[in-house]
Amino acid sequence: MENGFSSPRSESFPAGLRVLVVDDDPTWLKILEKMLKKCAYEVTTCGLAREALNLLRERKDGYDIVISDVNMPDMDGFKLLEHVGLEMDLPVIMMSVDGETSRVMKGVQHGACDYLLKPIRMKELRNIWQHVFRKKIHEIRDIDHHESFEGIRLSRNGSEFSDDCIMFSGEDLTSFKKRKDFQNKYDERDYGDHSSTKKHRVVWSVDLHQKFVKAVNQIGFDKVGPKKILDLMNVPWLTRENVASHLQKYRLYLIRLQKENDLKASFGGIKHSDVPSEDTSGGFGLQSSIHTNQNDVANDRDQFSGSNFYGQDLDAKNNEGYREEIVSEPKPDSKKPLTADVPDPQDTRSSQMSFDHSSASLGSDVNYTEFDCSIPKQYPWSECPEVQSKQERKLLLQLEDGFSQQPPGVPQHYIEIDQLQSVRDTSSPIKDEPVLVEYKSRHESHISPKETTIDNFSAQSKSLIAYHQSFEPSSTAISSMKPQAVDLSCITDLESCQRNLISPSDSTFPPFNEDLTVCWLQSDFLNKNFGLPNMEFADYSDPSFIADIPVHLYDTLTSDYECPYDPTEYPIVDQGLFIV
Amino acid sequence: MDSVVQLQKQLVDYIASLFHEGFLDEQFNQLQQLQDESNPDFVVEVVSLFFEDSERLLNELAKALEQKTIDFRKVDAHVHQFKGSSSSIGAHRVQKVCIAFRNYCEEQNVEGCLKCLQQVKHEYSLVRNKLETLFQLEKQIIAAGGSLPAT
Repeated sequence: MENGFSSPRSESFPAGLRVLVVDDDPTWLKILEKMLKKCAYEVTTCGLAREALNLLRERKDGYDIVISDVNMPDMDGFKLLEHVGLEMDLPVIMMSVDGETSRVMKGVQHGACDYLLKPIRMKELRNIWQHVFRKKIHEIRDIDHHESFEGIRLSRNGSEFSDDCIMFSGEDLTSFKKRKDFQNKYDERDYGDHSSTKKHRVVWSVDLHQKFVKAVNQIGFDKVGPKKILDLMNVPWLTRENVASHLQKYRLYLIRLQKENDLKASFGGIKHSDVPSEDTSGGFGLQSSIHTNQNDVANDRDQFSGSNFYGQDLDAKNNEGYREEIVSEPKPDSKKPLTADVPDPQDTRSSQMSFDHSSASLGSDVNYTEFDCSIPKQYPWSECPEVQSKQERKLLLQLEDGFSQQPPGVPQHYIEIDQLQSVRDTSSPIKDEPVLVEYKSRHESHISPKETTIDNFSAQSKSLIAYHQSFEPSSTAISSMKPQAVDLSCITDLESCQRNLISPSDSTFPPFNEDLTVCWLQSDFLNKNFGLPNMEFADYSDPSFIADIPVHLYDTLTSDYECPYDPTEYPIVDQGLFIV
Repeated sequence: MDSVVQLQKQLVDYIASLFHEGFLDEQFNQLQQLQDESNPDFVVEVVSLFFEDSERLLNELAKALEQKTIDFRKVDAHVHQFKGSSSSIGAHRVQKVCIAFRNYCEEQNVEGCLKCLQQVKHEYSLVRNKLETLFQLEKQIIAAGGSLPAT
């Protein structure tokens, strides 16, 4: 065995590391298998991403690490990456013959713990065990964290760990952890019932995730910490460690969603031409957040298009001239995990960030922003037949729940609206039909599934669409405001949903709502059946109707602005609509 | 055993020339190093897989470029795949053509793409012949009772 690991025992880490390799190229699959076997790893190969997911799901605890190619015919590697990260919480390494920075960046953003360039050398594979080990360490560290992830004690813990590691070199990692846990008086149920060398993985079911999000919302996203969440969730068998790692993934996920949402939002419906939309129902060619995914394929497309869009946005942005930094606020601080993650210099994003920051400074609940970005992105509201749908649903439910928990963050909207108002006047009628169509179809797909909230949400989306569209015009002022507007819509998207859930009907709905009966009317929303919005949405496909909407929007918005709203009663729908 | 020694020398020189002329690169060495007693035909197996996959990819490419309206994204995807698999065995020159090919795809340059298709086909058949010759030599050595020179 040429692996050079000191430990002679057969089960000693990292020998016997269970690796799942996913690559559609048969030549590479064979080579990688051979290389990994030479490293004394236990290798399983897979030529299709879906097959890989099935394998992973069948044996939740069956693998330690996944290595996957980026370009695969049946599913985008990044999508697989996300699924694995969220569902199985395994480290994933991406590979590709394409080493462009943007691709690598994307990999990192999607949660890859490494990105290898083909041709891959043996030595690169030899050390992949470090990712497994690192993850375990981080999970253990999380136990010690009472607050957030700002691991002040991380370094200290790290050194403690390394000391332990040295002591335990060659020993089973599990026993090492056991000792640490014992020292921490941490009651890990997992240790009692498994004989494998791996920590038992918690399956985050829909309900569990729902509870999780509820707890997160209750605490307040920026104040959240694993222990607090754990306490609130009140799930006896769940460990803080589980919560911590899940929280970390959740955060990354939301950040990613928000970014893509922002990008999408800022570009309105402009950038969909290049995205292949094979999903007939969805038309989610549009970047982002609100997608109509009827099935997994759609989801994949969604992700793909989202990514595509992302890449294109970079160019588009330049073209569009969205250069100006709209918001004057300083970049988000660490308090806002959402924005902190985005160092991207691109305009939209920075605007977004600034926007977020402004939102934050307005005292709004960070949750909103995050939520809306997260909702649409990966997890469509529509039902998916496969397992994936469960997860999506869970997020959906989570969002709904989350929203119902939270008091309307009205002030935030108010202020945002203020900012937008100045721009509003110059905006011109919408031209972005595709956006509407997308939303429409999205809505339609939602109708069939279930909850009222979904309906409301889609309805909200509609309003948002109009909202977005109204700001499409290229005038500098508007474009500069666009990101903000977009953000607002994003926020209002979910918020609307939430609001609708919370305070149905009674609203100081402005008269214009009557015109845009479809979804603007909150009361309509909540009280009417699903069919209504659907029907009304159908109208949206009519261009003339579309053109009309914004006008209405503007008019009413203007008038609305004059009328103060009672924050608690303020329907989110309105907020979305009111650029005031 | 003179003939064996001679054959072995021939093989070594031949491989060296392939590297020298850029047909093969370091990756091929890696493959050879992966070969061991548990897998004595590893390199041959891998390269055979490559040949199979390449034929398929080249057919797909030709088909895609014959269309009335060329879907450049599809063509690019195929080229990307081909680039990946050629990198797996170290088919260096093929890989280089793929890079140029992808640029033409990006520019949606039909002529450029067709040219590259011809080029990549050519380079592929060249390296294929070279490798087959190499394997022949190896077979001869083994048949003569010799062992393959260590890489």
